[in-house]
Amino acid sequence: MELFNSESKKIVSDPINVNNPISLQVLGICSALAVTIRLDQAIIMTLAVVFVLCSSNVILSLIRNYIPARVRIVIMLSVIASLVSVVDELLKAYLYDMSKQLSVFVGLIITNCIIMGRAEAFALKHGPSKAFLDGLGNSMGYGLIIIVVSFFRELFGAGTITLPDGGAGYVLWSIPESWYAAGYENIGLLVLSPGAFIILGLVIWIQREFAGVEEDA
Amino acid sequence: MTGIEHYLSIFTKAVFIENIVLAYFLGLCSFLAISKKIDASVGIGLAVIVVLTITAPINWFLWKFLLDKGALVWISSDFQDTDLGFLKLIVFISVIAAMVQLVEMFMERFSQSLYNSLGIFLPLIAVNCSILGGSLFMVEREYTISETVVYGFGSGVGFFLAIVALASIRYRIRYSNIPPRLRGVGMAMLLTGLLSMAFMAFSGIDL
Repeated sequence: MELFNSESKKIVSDPINVNNPISLQVLGICSALAVTIRLDQAIIMTLAVVFVLCSSNVILSLIRNYIPARVRIVIMLSVIASLVSVVDELLKAYLYDMSKQLSVFVGLIITNCIIMGRAEAFALKHGPSKAFLDGLGNSMGYGLIIIVVSFFRELFGAGTITLPDGGAGYVLWSIPESWYAAGYENIGLLVLSPGAFIILGLVIWIQREFAGVEEDA
Repeated sequence: MTGIEHYLSIFTKAVFIENIVLAYFLGLCSFLAISKKIDASVGIGLAVIVVLTITAPINWFLWKFLLDKGALVWISSDFQDTDLGFLKLIVFISVIAAMVQLVEMFMERFSQSLYNSLGIFLPLIAVNCSILGGSLFMVEREYTISETVVYGFGSGVGFFLAIVALASIRYRIRYSNIPPRLRGVGMAMLLTGLLSMAFMAFSGIDL
């Protein structure tokens, strides 16, 4: 198997850095912002996207030779929608609090352009093992960005770092009372929507500096 | 809770206070990609208004008479406990895809000029999160049918306003000296943040 040669490594690592789905391909921004209020939400969302993207890539790549080109969008949508329904039901069953917090945004993974985009651009043209690696790389690239964004939004906006657990989240660290007593204040704006846009804009800028990519206009 | 004020309040809320793009981050992919040009932005904005106003009520009927818990009692009272809610994602997305196709065909048949200006944006809208998001919010907030129509239309207008505003700002700053790696999407995000901050000023309005 060519699962571990340099080409497969490139398929996984490219989307994490130089071809990141959020900051360079500009796909899947919608959900990226809404779930970044708290770190635990972002982590659960990342896991959901890893599952959906890897499975949809593998399934579509397995049936790629039987899909007529004219109806491929409908087929892709139905495969993705079924997978997302599975995730939605699983979250409701095992992580009810989290599924309430994420509300409609789990369902909106269907219209997350990363998943359609990777299916169209990669899974329909390559074999299942490569499609799996591509799904893994892209969903981790997505996860990396939303975890960084949510880390800063939660730390500076609410003053806590929360990890996911079975219930309402486990607070790993919060800013001690003595800091507040000394005059420290949380930046409330970061918890609101403008904060998400601005932090993501800055993260995209920094990420592009690392990846060395420019865009005109 | 009836009367014109109630609907006016839902409309204003959907357009300004809970703007679907700037407060709920829906439809951002097309929002960022298309806002490079003003005329294209007007096109997709209008297309979103049309499609949202049509799909939200249709999905409301499907939810109330097919999918919701106990929605099938109109067939027989045996279905009192049937809950097809888990099918809502698949049903909604299919309705949206089908409606987009239908709207496109109608436009081509009856208004060639509108088709020429909006035609290419319609397929894009099928995977625009704001449309599916509109339907999902409608379910979550338990709107009635008339509230759903107003909400769908209001959200569309909100999207239209936001995308035209961003396109105009991007047009205005096209010769500004922006750090090279911030150009394009990065700058658009920062501008959207400022727009969103401006729209937050409406949140003090209580209707």
